[in-house]
Formats: sequence, structure tokens, C-alpha cells
Amino acid sequence: MKTAEALRMAVEALRVNRLRSMLTMLGVIIGVLSVVILVAIGTGAKDAIEKEISGLGSNIILVVPGQVGLGAAPTQSRLDLSDVAYVRRVVGDPSKVTVAVNSGEPVRVGRVEVFATLTGTDENMAHVFDRPLRRGRYLTKTDVDTRRRVVILGSEVAAKLFGDVDPIGRQVTIAGVRFRVVGVYATVGATFGVARDQEVHLPVTTAQRLIGLPRINGIAVGASGPDEIEPLRRKVVDALSERYPGETFSAVTQTQLLGTIGTVLGMLTGVLAAIAGISLLVGGVGVSNIMLVSVRERTREIGLRKALGARGRDILGQFLIEAVLLTTVGGVIGILAGVGGALLIRAVSPVPASITWWSIVLAFGVSAAVGVFFGVAPARRAARLDPVVALRTD
Amino acid sequence: MSLADGRGTPAFEAVGLARSYRLDGGVTVDALRGVDLRVEQGEFVAIVGPSGSGKSTLMHLLGCLDRPTSGTLRVNGVDVATLDDSGLADLRNRTIGFVFQSFHLLARTSALDNVALPLVYRGVPRAERRERARRALEAVGLGHRLTHRPSQMSGGEQQRVAVARALVGDPRVLLADEPTGNLDSRNGEEVMGLLERLNEGGVAVVLVTHDAEVAARARRRIHVRDGRIERDA
Ligand SMILES: Nc1ncnc2c1ncn2[C@@H]1O[C@H](COP(=O)(O)OP(=O)(O)OP(=O)(O)O)[C@@H](O)[C@H]1O
Ligand SMILES: [Mg+2]
Repeated sequence: MKTAEALRMAVEALRVNRLRSMLTMLGVIIGVLSVVILVAIGTGAKDAIEKEISGLGSNIILVVPGQVGLGAAPTQSRLDLSDVAYVRRVVGDPSKVTVAVNSGEPVRVGRVEVFATLTGTDENMAHVFDRPLRRGRYLTKTDVDTRRRVVILGSEVAAKLFGDVDPIGRQVTIAGVRFRVVGVYATVGATFGVARDQEVHLPVTTAQRLIGLPRINGIAVGASGPDEIEPLRRKVVDALSERYPGETFSAVTQTQLLGTIGTVLGMLTGVLAAIAGISLLVGGVGVSNIMLVSVRERTREIGLRKALGARGRDILGQFLIEAVLLTTVGGVIGILAGVGGALLIRAVSPVPASITWWSIVLAFGVSAAVGVFFGVAPARRAARLDPVVALRTD
Repeated sequence: MSLADGRGTPAFEAVGLARSYRLDGGVTVDALRGVDLRVEQGEFVAIVGPSGSGKSTLMHLLGCLDRPTSGTLRVNGVDVATLDDSGLADLRNRTIGFVFQSFHLLARTSALDNVALPLVYRGVPRAERRERARRALEAVGLGHRLTHRPSQMSGGEQQRVAVARALVGDPRVLLADEPTGNLDSRNGEEVMGLLERLNEGGVAVVLVTHDAEVAARARRRIHVRDGRIERDA
């Protein structure tokens, strides 16, 4: 018997039991739909975060004390500004090295108070990171050397404190100390949930005095090209380890960050897909169950077909195709609904969702496979029916 | 086709044909206890006997729906023991037509598609199938019932559809197990007429019946009792 013939028979059989076929498919539809949507969300999140990392600026190496990794405890920093000078000498180009001292403080203008992330840094920040100004100027060497009380505001801080008023030249109060605003950054959005528009930059020396500790949190080095990142990273880490024997330093590069985040989110997406896959499996069990019922109901039909010349494999093919048809039609509906759902989520919620062709191909493939897998047992039972017994059944 | 069409080859040739069933309790039921039987091409044979005597069992063996426990059976000269299951399916499809007491039509399927079913398993293209099915239905006087489903037809009409299905594949033999058993005498008469016409066309007909009148129309009557042939006349 030709496949086209078997397909026509299967369509006919499923059409006859329309409601039952629909309900059976529903299990598969829900399974495929959840796989597609969850994979879309996982992939969307990954894309969004990777875009944020690239937004940091390219070819950056972040040097921090201690071990960086999942589950590693944060280390008390022992680095200070002399180490920054040391790294500058190691790197050779001082303008490619900058520094960060972090703290969180409320920033006040009159009665308006905004909680901001204070970052003490220096005149090289703008050479290393990609951080365009909207107004005013960057920090200068003199700002750092003379511990000037000047700040550059992130766009959100500026908007909250000053509204429509131009903040340049105006005063803000941080921890009881008055600062003059010399610049406002352009809006850049968040990176890793770090709202960079809520940052306030000030000279690193001023920040250290404000916090009361001579420490720094990290050193950022800008490489001149992607090929230079790895040698430079090694050079800096080796130099620091040499300076402080027995201590660990980590240098995180964008590529590593992308890799780590990618792996984590990939795993997360996989776990989500697996959970959704379980519902697909349950849908498959439903198909198997209904096919067994169908075989039992159609015992006489099977006997008759055999009497008229159907071979075991014709019957096997007929029932297998019915099962696969159920799951693939369910799969296609599930894919369409899943794609629609993902687009809807993207349109009406902040959750990113990005549809990948492989998840669609996979969902279709898996639903077909589910049909074969769960259809085999009922189909074999049908194929093995003894025609005499089947014909005698009433 | 080699032996299959040979003139002198009998349609059926059974030697010591036996079939026993082993029940769950370990008891065996001997439904057929050694039957020797020869049916020539184009013969018209009626099998009669009391209920439970093994008539249906014999028909199933002749129809290659079942395999004997012992003994040999040749259908159109082919020893069925040499065929595997798909060989048997092919033999049924090409040389044997079945008519059952309870019609055995596919519900929710038109008369035309019911009749065309054997040709599906022979790989006949759809258009040709439908054409042959239409001609077969016309031959049994149902040219006006092509799209009717079994539930939309009388018992007599349903059995005529079944006869059309049995003859659509041009079989050498037709096996009918109480084909008139579920019909009133007028419809039974009509079906018998069809079988006789088929037989005149050269198809061997073997039918099982309880109806003496029906049996009387056969040229040869085989009496079965307790799984044995008691009388053959
Ligand atoms: N699958 C089976 N398992 C066990 N015994 C069986 C089976 N099929 C038939 N038999 C037995 O074999 C014997 C012959 O049965 P068969 O159906 O051939 O009788 P029959 O002559 O056709 O009877 P009827 O005229 O009532 O149709 C009976 O005793 C029956 O109980
Ligand atoms: Mg019987």
C-alpha cells in the first residue's frame, strides 16, 4: 500500500472521530506550545544580556581581586591606587587603564533625594568604556589629582534631581558633602541589572575620601583589539600575582563573560525546555492511550482489512501514520500558537522572547518522534491481530 | 502466473486438514479432525452441518485466514504452508473473495470505497479502483447507491455491496459463510442469484448454509459433523 493511500485513510479515520482527535491533539499542542514559548523566552533573555555585555564597550578586561565565578564569595579588596599605577606601567599605555571604587549613597538637591551608585573613577574611563556624554565634560586628571568635588550624573539621576533644568554648574549633596555637576551622561540603559543611568561618577580620590578607605574595587584595561585581549589579560594577572604572591586575581573579559552567561542561560533554557518536554511526553501518552482504544474499537475493521489482503505492515503503517498525524498536526498547531504566544509576550510584557528556527524544527521533529514512539505499541497490537479472532469479534 | 491459472489445478485441495484450539485451561478443542477435500475450478459447493461442527473453521482455513494445526492445503496449486503471512495476505487479496454473514462493511465509508478496499492493498491507482468498484456495484444492481453508507442501506443492499467487494478483484474462488443468514428470503434469494451468476462466470463458490433451500441450489453438498466430512454429494 502506498504512503499517500495510508495517509488518506489516516486523515479519514481522524476526521470520523473529530472531537476525540482534537482532544488528543490538545495534549501535544500544549506540550509543543510550552516548549516553543519557553525556549523563545530563554533565548530572548540570552540575546538581551549578550547585547548588554557588548554595550559595555569592546575589548575590556576587568581585573578584580579574588576568584570570580559562580558561587565564589566576594573578596575583600586589597588593591589601591598604587596598584593602578603599577598596572599602567605593565600595560604601557596609561590611558588604557582606568579604575573603579563603588559605593551606594543618596544624592540630594534641596528636598529631592535619589539613591545612586557612586563610582569613583578617573580621566581614562572614557577611553576604556563606551560612555557618551550628553552635556558637559568628562573627569580630568586635575579633578583626580586635586580631589575635586565634581560629579558627572547618569541621565536618570539628572532627570530625577533636576527635571528639565540644566544641571551643569549646579550643586548636589552626597553624604553631607557638596559637589558641583560638570557633566551628564547620555542614556545607556541597564547592564546586568546595573542601572548605569543611575550612576554618579566622581574622581576616584574624592570617592576614597568620601568612603574613608584607600581601596579600589577593580581595574579596567582596554585592549586595542580582540586578539590582544588574552595576552593582555594574562600579562596583567601575572604581574599582579607577582606583586602579591599567594593571592588570586581574576581578569574577566567580555568573551568570558559572554561565554559564562551564555552557558548559564543555555542551561536554563534547556531546563525550561525539558520541563515543557515533559508535558509533551504526557501528550504522547495520551496519544498512545487513544490509539489503543481505537485499535480495540476497530478490531473488526482490522480483521476485515486483513481478510481483504492487508498485510501486517499495512495495518502497522495505517495506525502508525494515524498516531504520527495526530502528533504532527498537534505539533504544527502548537508551533503556530507558541510563536504567536511568544510574539504576544514580547509585545505586551518586558520579557524578551526571540523565536529561533531550531526550536521550531526541533518541536516539529520531537512531536513526530513522539507519534512514532507512542504509536508503535498500539500499531503493533493492531498488526498482530488474528484476522479470525478479529472477524468473530462483535 | 504459473500454477495459479492452470486449468487442471483444483481451486482447493485439502489433505488431512485439522485444526484444534488450545484453551486457557490446557483443554484442546478439535474443531476440525482431518478433512480431505477437493474443490475444482468453477465448482459450486455448499457446506452444511449442525452448529459447532466446524464449518466456519474450515472456511477460515480455506480462506487462508488461519493456518491448520496439521494437514496440507493447496489453494490454486500453492501449498499455503510455504507462504509467510504477507504471502497469505497476497493470496487472499488476489484469488479469494469473502462474503460474511454479518456483511462486515466499513461504517462511515461509502459503498464505492468499501468495494474498492481490496484493490487498495493490491496497489491499484485510485481512479482505476473507483472505476472498477463502480462497475462491480453496477453488476450487483447498486449503481444508484455508490455514495451511500452502510447505515443508509438495507441488509440486502449491504450484502450485495459485500458481494461486489468480493468480486471486484476478479477472484478465482468465493467463500461465503452463511451469506443469507441475516437476510429475509427475498433478499437471500437475490444474493444467491448473484453468487450463481458469478459461478457461471467461472468463479468457484463455496458457501456455508443452514438453509436447506439454499443448499439445494448447489451442485455439490458437503455434510460436516464433529469436525469431519460425513457425506459429500
Ligand atoms: N477460537 C476458538 N477457541 C476455541 N474454540 C473454538 C474457537 N473457534 C471455534 N472453536 C470451536 O470449534 C468448534 C467449531 O466451530 P465453528 O465456528 O467452526 O462451528 P460452525 O460449524 O461454524 O458453527 P455455526 O453453524 O454455529 O456457525 C466449536 O466447538 C467452537 O466452539
Ligand atoms: Mg459458523
